[in-house]
Amino acid sequence: MRKFLFLMVILFGFNLSNGNAQDDLEPFLSFNGMFDLRMGVRTQEDPHEKDMSLGEFRLQLETEKDFDLVTFNVATDFILDPILDEYEVDLERGDGIIDLRQMNIIFSPLDFMDVKLGRQILTWGTGDLLFINDLFAKDWNSFLIGRDEEYLKAPTDAVQLSLFSDRINMNLVYVPKFGADRFVDGRRVSFFDPLAASLRGRNRPLEVNRPDKWFQDDELAIRLYRSFAAYEVALYYYSGFWKSPAGQYIISAKATFPALEAFGASIRGPWADGIGNVEIGYYKSETGAAKNPLIRNSEFRFLVGYEREIATELTLSLQYNLERNLDYMDYLQNLPQSVLREDKARHVVTVRLTKLLMQQNLSLSLFNFYSPSDEDGFLRMNISYKISDAIKVESGSNIFYGKNQESFYAQFRNNSNIFAAIRYEY
Amino acid sequence: MKKIINIITFLGLLFAGQQVFSNAAAMEVMEIVRKVNHAIFYQGGDNKAHLEMRILDDQGRERFRKITLLRKNLDEKDGAQKYYVFFSKPADIKKMVFMAWKNIDRDDDRWLYLPALDLVKRIAASDERTSFVGSHFFYEDVSGRNIDEDVHEIVAETEQYYVIKSVPKLPQDVEFSYYKNWIDKKTFLPVKAEYYNEKSFVYRTYNALEIKMIEGYPTVMNAQMEDNTTGGKTILTYSSVKYDEGIPENIFSERYLRRAPKRYLK
Repeated sequence: MRKFLFLMVILFGFNLSNGNAQDDLEPFLSFNGMFDLRMGVRTQEDPHEKDMSLGEFRLQLETEKDFDLVTFNVATDFILDPILDEYEVDLERGDGIIDLRQMNIIFSPLDFMDVKLGRQILTWGTGDLLFINDLFAKDWNSFLIGRDEEYLKAPTDAVQLSLFSDRINMNLVYVPKFGADRFVDGRRVSFFDPLAASLRGRNRPLEVNRPDKWFQDDELAIRLYRSFAAYEVALYYYSGFWKSPAGQYIISAKATFPALEAFGASIRGPWADGIGNVEIGYYKSETGAAKNPLIRNSEFRFLVGYEREIATELTLSLQYNLERNLDYMDYLQNLPQSVLREDKARHVVTVRLTKLLMQQNLSLSLFNFYSPSDEDGFLRMNISYKISDAIKVESGSNIFYGKNQESFYAQFRNNSNIFAAIRYEY
Repeated sequence: MKKIINIITFLGLLFAGQQVFSNAAAMEVMEIVRKVNHAIFYQGGDNKAHLEMRILDDQGRERFRKITLLRKNLDEKDGAQKYYVFFSKPADIKKMVFMAWKNIDRDDDRWLYLPALDLVKRIAASDERTSFVGSHFFYEDVSGRNIDEDVHEIVAETEQYYVIKSVPKLPQDVEFSYYKNWIDKKTFLPVKAEYYNEKSFVYRTYNALEIKMIEGYPTVMNAQMEDNTTGGKTILTYSSVKYDEGIPENIFSERYLRRAPKRYLK
């Protein structure tokens, strides 16, 4: 499929560019990209993982070519990663020496329609590092070990159809084969296994059973949006699967991705000298989930956020997020005695502070997730300085805290890490 | 008694006369300020320009930005506008877009598009007097300062220039005590501006280095802003300036943040 796409793009492209004399002297293709060297260590010992949490060299190549009717995009990373030490390329899991981030074509068959076909990064919704209706693939490992924030987004092979009008706009994303998150599976980051009631890491990584049948195990995501004066309102629909494992087979103990349907809405706009946003979602889990303790139940999700500049070049952002189990009575009644009981609701509060200094070349940031219900949290700190337009140095930490190893953030306690990076962009 | 009444009447007349005189002067200065505002920010129905920004520190170390600016007026009254700012250089901000809808009755709406995440971020209308993309120009220098936020006064006039002094009505909101503009009488473009602090020290100086007629509009092609405290400065060079290209209003929307409107950015 991907090969076919590539071929099509090339054929298309050359035909379209024929006879289209270029009067400037720009090369046919020009590349952008970066080199990025990044090292991180755990701040404590983790019996299940290496002491180094991160150690990789990355080269990114990116090019974009416009033809009369079509724009062609490619962005790919080449990675040397002795920490994971797996070099065979798996484009879906993002393993190996190549991580293809983007390879797509964009065209407008009609004035009011854009089509983006191929591998792409997709984002929508209003949360800041919290997602309700953005059910596109995320790379949680990158997020926890200190890669650049852009790597939280994993690529998706999809076709995106966008329709625009004065009244309402629509994006429709069809993913012919389910694209899971790059979830925490123990190979890089240790985690808590509720069935075994213990921590797990690289010696016994999580095994999963992915829905992987083309055009059957597919995903559909729709967003309808428009503005009312300064307020952006959107409605969302998703049909597919939980993006990270949310179920387990009892015999094989393999993790599964149960079916998921989601309905949501959001609003964002100016409020009290800042920007406010509210987003809600109803996650409808697989049929029978309510009575099956091994499948995550249906949930109600709610997010409210606010951001404003509180002093010169200093921005504060606050969020509250709720995840509430909608079949809690059923869940309790069907829960085996030996299995740890989850709370009915999980609350998370986040604070982000960003300060820019020295003509915006020095940036300090702090992002804290805290859950009062789990009594745990995740503190991200980062300092970066642009030595020149091309060279940036950066250092940061990912600190997980909490007293119960089974809770969401505290399970990663042994993975708390500090990291440093140098990046050259060209 | 009659004398006193006469004196009072006389004084009253004198005062009223002065009032009339200063109103006329105020009218005149507001007329000039309006024309200046128009000449800098509103010429043509729409405008496109490439902009190169050289940001220099006191030791001559340089940062470089390459930007394409699109601007569209939404009315003929020098009111609401939409701005689209596309970044080409340096590499780390390539394809990033800043979009602003300038409103008259409320704060501007602003968005930032981050291509690596395909993220359309709404940003709060921040302090207008902070650096625009790390340069020595402020947001307000790029998108305009509401002319009613200051009290303006003509402090000098030569054959070529009006010198206008502007004092903020809300001094706590800004870093200057006042500023002076040297306005070219022909083009109504400021050729020089000086920003004074409370000690009447000129800590910030603007100079228009080159003005050209483009499609009948006098246009600044080269300008610089100096920070006299740090010794840094930013030099702007405009090129491919075009007016009245017929840029559609829908270019200034989420659709074109995610997909740059190449044909208007050339």
